[in-house]
Amino acid sequence: MNDTAEILRMTGIRKRFPGVTALDGVDFRLFPGEVHALMGENGAGKSTLIKVLTGVEGVDAGSIELAGAAVAFAGPDQAQLAGVSTVYQEVNLCPNLSVAENILLGREPRRFGRIQWSRMRKRAEELLARLDLRIDVSAELGTLSIAVQQMVAIARALDVEARVLVLDEPTSSLDAREVEQLMAVLRALRADGMAILFVSHFIDQVFAIADRMTVLRNGKLVGEYRTSEITQVELVTKMIGKELAALDEVSERSAATGPELVATDGLARAGGIEPFSLTIRRGEVVGLAGLLGSGRTELARLLFGADHADHGTVDIDGRRVQLRSPRVAMNQGVAFCSENRKTEGLIAELTIRENIALAVQAGRGWLRPLSRRRQLELAAQYIEALDIRPADPEAVVGTLSGGNQQKVLLARWLATQPRLLILDEPTRGIDVGAKAEIQRLVATLSADGMAVLFVSAELEEVLRLSHHVAVLRDRKVVAQLANEGLTPEDIMATIADGGRS
Amino acid sequence: MTALTVRLRTYRPQRRYLPVLAALALLVGAYGFGAVRYPAFGSGQVVLDIFIDHAFLLVVAVGATFVILTGGIDLSVGSVAALSTMASADLLQHKGWPAYAVIPVVLALGALLGFLMGLVIHYFEIQPFIVTLAGMFLARGLCYTISTESISIDNPTYTAMAQTPITLGAGLHVSPSVVIALVVVAIAWYVLHFTRFGRTVYAVGGGERSALLMGLKVARTKVSVYTISGLCSALGGVLMAFYTLSADPLGAVGMELDAIAAVVIGGTILTGGSGYVLGTVLGVLVLGIIQTLITFDGTLSSWWTRIVIGVLLFVFIALQRLIARRAR
Repeated sequence: MNDTAEILRMTGIRKRFPGVTALDGVDFRLFPGEVHALMGENGAGKSTLIKVLTGVEGVDAGSIELAGAAVAFAGPDQAQLAGVSTVYQEVNLCPNLSVAENILLGREPRRFGRIQWSRMRKRAEELLARLDLRIDVSAELGTLSIAVQQMVAIARALDVEARVLVLDEPTSSLDAREVEQLMAVLRALRADGMAILFVSHFIDQVFAIADRMTVLRNGKLVGEYRTSEITQVELVTKMIGKELAALDEVSERSAATGPELVATDGLARAGGIEPFSLTIRRGEVVGLAGLLGSGRTELARLLFGADHADHGTVDIDGRRVQLRSPRVAMNQGVAFCSENRKTEGLIAELTIRENIALAVQAGRGWLRPLSRRRQLELAAQYIEALDIRPADPEAVVGTLSGGNQQKVLLARWLATQPRLLILDEPTRGIDVGAKAEIQRLVATLSADGMAVLFVSAELEEVLRLSHHVAVLRDRKVVAQLANEGLTPEDIMATIADGGRS
Repeated sequence: MTALTVRLRTYRPQRRYLPVLAALALLVGAYGFGAVRYPAFGSGQVVLDIFIDHAFLLVVAVGATFVILTGGIDLSVGSVAALSTMASADLLQHKGWPAYAVIPVVLALGALLGFLMGLVIHYFEIQPFIVTLAGMFLARGLCYTISTESISIDNPTYTAMAQTPITLGAGLHVSPSVVIALVVVAIAWYVLHFTRFGRTVYAVGGGERSALLMGLKVARTKVSVYTISGLCSALGGVLMAFYTLSADPLGAVGMELDAIAAVVIGGTILTGGSGYVLGTVLGVLVLGIIQTLITFDGTLSSWWTRIVIGVLLFVFIALQRLIARRAR
């Protein structure tokens, strides 16, 4: 690679938030025609570095140079104009507008102020074709899958004569095939000389695509490495700062499982999931595997009463129950951690203590408020048990990193001491360290007799933890397999042939 | 790639037109019902009369559509319209200003009020409900500072606008106000669908934070919609002066609610981002035709209009909710 002309150089970046130094003298550089991965655990400062770069946050010290000239963006629109485009982790587009508008709004083709719709659609189609995506560009964005929305966001970023493309966790909501498609696009862009800053928690993906990586830890720079000169184990060690042997020996799955806890018979919801019969025993982890949109979340929501079943029955502990609402399910000892922790889980404005106490309080009813002392006890207990950082029960949840937010959500439900814990994508978008901790926790809980329904897009993770795996395809449970020597390939094959074999 | 393509084909674009089509069906149904029961109802003039009687409401509702599309609300429209009629009457009758000077002044006054409310809403991040509620009281109060009595208008231009019919042949006619209102509708439709500003209005309604991160001019757009709403309210007030040839400090009380009802019945969603100005026209016509039906019946008290509108609002909000839920 030619090391002469870097397009972006950040030097000595320092950023403080109240109570925490998010970035402490970080250097970062980016060359045209490379994919540069920014690596680090949750809270290491990756998101902050991106926000500083794109002008969402200002810096306290340090300088940013773009193509040799010092810059300080006052906002994302200015950064875009200068050629720094960002695709955020959560899709930040307007679901009520068409695909074409989402790509081009703000710089749509006009004549005398009149939008030229046909030229606009054509331009949008061309941009999407660059990403190998052929869809109806006049469709409303909200009707499309998250994966496609992500592609649309990238198409928008590409349209602004971008020189630097920042991708913050672009793959966390994509399935394997969609990730491959995205990677192909990134390779093509790299070949065109684009400088790409890539943030991902998937180490395999980073090694597959990145030329170079910068590792951050606790807001400090650990170092910059060429991908060819570093191994995966070395990388993880640098990110975590200590040897991490635990990741691969997460659990001795407890062999013995108890009596049946939950049994469904022909449970179904029109448009959600076709009839399925599933049993979960005490102390058992049942994994749900399937592609994005195969009905994993829909199944989980039925068991929590978040959606109503049209058909079928649910028995809990041998007794027939009508899961009319989440409240009924909670009274039966069911807990559900949504995959959508921002909109369906945590209340960002409340503190760690308040968020953890919420479900327990809901179970007690408003006539019997939890004392503040008891709330603090609960918070302290779970902050310690789950290693939530910062270890301050009064910290506002919205300021926490993704992994710590996930832990707070888990703590809320664990505090209700559920019999069945439903975890929908509990490790999505969080780093290796936190992921291993959560996996270990699931193993411990099941060993203690809790039944767990574990939903994840990562097959390795499902297989590592589950006693049984239910495979879904096209909103249907196509197979239920005992996890005895199953491999991800077995599951893929089952998904591919629809469980016929 | 194939799985991806298959998943993409499942959208149904008609869904977003559904509330508008429902309003259209309701309108046609009500008209058909009236035409069958009362022979006189079937004449086209009944429909044109609805336009004549509600031209000012239509203009005000068009302004409210802009605001509601961004997810905001404007409660001040009735008071601003009343203020604009009062100011017109005062300037014409007591100060002796000519009509061509009065109209631009009152329009500018309405736009200014809207502009100020927009600034407060955006830069102080205060709920539009509260800000425009304050604007409503303020404008109503200003009406009384002009006069506590109603003022009748005998300016020749205004009387001409009130009394000159525009004949359409076949014994049908409309008032000049109807033409003005329809021109406003046409401009609004063009702006909303063919300009960057119009599409930004929808984008802000779809997600203000997203619109900001997309680099769109959110501040300017939000302030502009309240300015437009103020301008339309003032124009509505002028048309009201043409229609009644008088100004009453208590005029147009509750008009903001009629305007919001018309917008909602026309299929615009109160949380913003979805709706059409043509739907608003249908909404106004629905309100008008209900009133006309009840007048034709003759035995029902005029409060039945309110009751029917109340029921319709419930039905339409429920319909929107159902559609939104299905789309999820």
